[in-house]
Amino acid sequence: MKMNLLNLKNAFAIVALIASTGLVSCGGGGSTSGSDSTASASGNDDALIGAGSSFDNPLFSKQFSEYNKTSGLKVNYQSVGSGAGISQLTNKTVDFGASDAPMNGKQDSALTAPAIHIPVTAGAVVLSYNLPDVKDTLQLSPDVLAGIFLGTITKWNDPKIAATNKGVKLPSTGIVIAHRSDGSGTSNIFTTYLAKVSTDWNTKVGHGSSVNWPVGLGGKGNEGVAGLIKQTPGAIGYIELAYAIQNSMPYAKMQNKAGNFITPSIASVTAAANIQIPPDSKVSLTNTDAADGYPISGFSWVIIYKEQNYNNRPSDRATKLVKLISWMIHDGQQFSGALNYAPLSPAAVSVGDSILKSATFDGKPILQ
Amino acid sequence: MDTSAKNGVITRSDLPLRVINSTPETISRAQKKVRRSFRQIRTETVFRRTLTIMGLIMIILVLGILLTLIIQSLPSIKSLGLKYLWGKVWDPVQDIYGAWPFLLGTLLSSFLALIISIPFSLAVAIFLGEYYPKGWMPDFLKNAVELIAAVPSVIYGFWGLAVLVPIVRNLENHIGVEPVGVGIFSSSLILAIMIIPYAASLGRSMIQMVPSPLKEAAYGLGATRWEVIRSVVLPYTKSGLFAGILLSLGRALGETMAVTMVIGNTSLIPKNIFAPGNTMASVIANEFTEADKPVYLSALIELGLVLFLVTVVINLIGKKIIDRFTNE
Repeated sequence: MKMNLLNLKNAFAIVALIASTGLVSCGGGGSTSGSDSTASASGNDDALIGAGSSFDNPLFSKQFSEYNKTSGLKVNYQSVGSGAGISQLTNKTVDFGASDAPMNGKQDSALTAPAIHIPVTAGAVVLSYNLPDVKDTLQLSPDVLAGIFLGTITKWNDPKIAATNKGVKLPSTGIVIAHRSDGSGTSNIFTTYLAKVSTDWNTKVGHGSSVNWPVGLGGKGNEGVAGLIKQTPGAIGYIELAYAIQNSMPYAKMQNKAGNFITPSIASVTAAANIQIPPDSKVSLTNTDAADGYPISGFSWVIIYKEQNYNNRPSDRATKLVKLISWMIHDGQQFSGALNYAPLSPAAVSVGDSILKSATFDGKPILQ
Repeated sequence: MDTSAKNGVITRSDLPLRVINSTPETISRAQKKVRRSFRQIRTETVFRRTLTIMGLIMIILVLGILLTLIIQSLPSIKSLGLKYLWGKVWDPVQDIYGAWPFLLGTLLSSFLALIISIPFSLAVAIFLGEYYPKGWMPDFLKNAVELIAAVPSVIYGFWGLAVLVPIVRNLENHIGVEPVGVGIFSSSLILAIMIIPYAASLGRSMIQMVPSPLKEAAYGLGATRWEVIRSVVLPYTKSGLFAGILLSLGRALGETMAVTMVIGNTSLIPKNIFAPGNTMASVIANEFTEADKPVYLSALIELGLVLFLVTVVINLIGKKIIDRFTNE
């Protein structure tokens, strides 16, 4: 049964693959059938294939086109969503997956061989709001945020909100909550944060890429949530930092674990990642210990198989893949800032390096 | 398959045909004739077979879709049972799946859309079918209505979110419900616009097919135009009009993109028609890509199965009603 489900996703993946490679390239992709997964991952086509997080897509597009200029390597990335990326990696239809959340236990157990996570960039989720009469930047504490999203704080002039916004004249408008309706890594980071700071949230709602929201309206994608916020007076919702900056939407300062109110920015996200990172890099940056770190941020990972010799892949392909990822976490980081992604912290880069060195081909390390 | 003429007998594999006058010219003429009629028979057979195969493929497709949906939703049927249908909570974190809010949202938004759209589609059908079947203005209107069906639904969604939702929010402010703008009512309005062409086009061609002697007889008895429409045209075409409405209902039930952009997407049971809700199609579209657990994915596919069955049931009821109309 699991196989059937996977096949279905597989079929979707193939459709997406055909759609993205287009009719121009009549290489391996088009002729692949749902059950025969080897052809697309190790076909005669030279391009590496990746799939996953849509959050990473703008950065990846830039990085891959720059890398192509120096190395001539083509990378075909399909931004189908983190979950779909992981299932395509599980089916071995892609060379690498990209995800905004590390693989969970169930996803791990579906794998036939161990996979490794390499952090490639970091992003943040910001709280944008629509209060036309409030000129100052709103400051939110974790308790207040959880209260708003649980539906216990319903008016903007609630004393709890006023407590962290002294001197700001808050209207008596009702709070309208906007959340993502589609499953997404953004929701995952946001609900993980809420679950960490509020026991109520953790027991009533929990965390995941789709949760049962106690209150609020759902919008599809960042643009859907942003649309709801822009249109509805009194609305508050969460969107990606990059999206908020590009669309010049107002966003709140969040109080972090150290008690400081932090403006979300590329610098404060990088700062959030400058903590002790476990050797497998599977860490959530939410509610970071860093004193100047923005608390609702998270890594995005590239996921590959630890043993690269599978499906009769040539060793050359594995080397190209590992070199590409190594370039992404070093030289590739220079393109982050311009696209409003947070560059990796030094701690993250060194962990990423040591993880990449553990990738093998036939048991031999690929990177020396 | 070849034909041969020997000793005055033309033979083709199985059938012997006797030719009475057996001069070489007549033989060859008869030969040609026979060949041609065999070819005609063959074409006829091939054509009939092609049609049969096409028909069978359609049946196999529908059954295949049904079968796939059933097989893929087995894990969820096994673990959730029938409770799935009237469960009120949809919580992917704790693996609790209840389709009731979405079932309700789908039916509510579709039928509301149907009610809103019927006066418009009927009016367009009568206007184009009876009053002004020809001329540049009716042609323009006809094309405009058909264009409504050709606009991609994501455009409707954006338009709805940008234009319609603020208007609905103003309305909600006036009547004193929570002014969020998005919700069942907004999505019904969008759906109503989207489904007008289906009922209107079918209705128009039905109305044009009303035999003119019938109408002329009514006029001859002194009926006014309105009376002719009411007591001749509409009764004569009611099964066709109903079929058009059924077609547009099917469209409304399955619409995804436009609805998901304006319905508010909450898994709560809508309290009134202005409240936000969600439909089955929109939940599937929203959550399918990130469904990371087998049961979750299977529950979404079961949602597709329920939608499929709802559509089938509504179509069957519709067919029954059409039959009753036509048998009267």
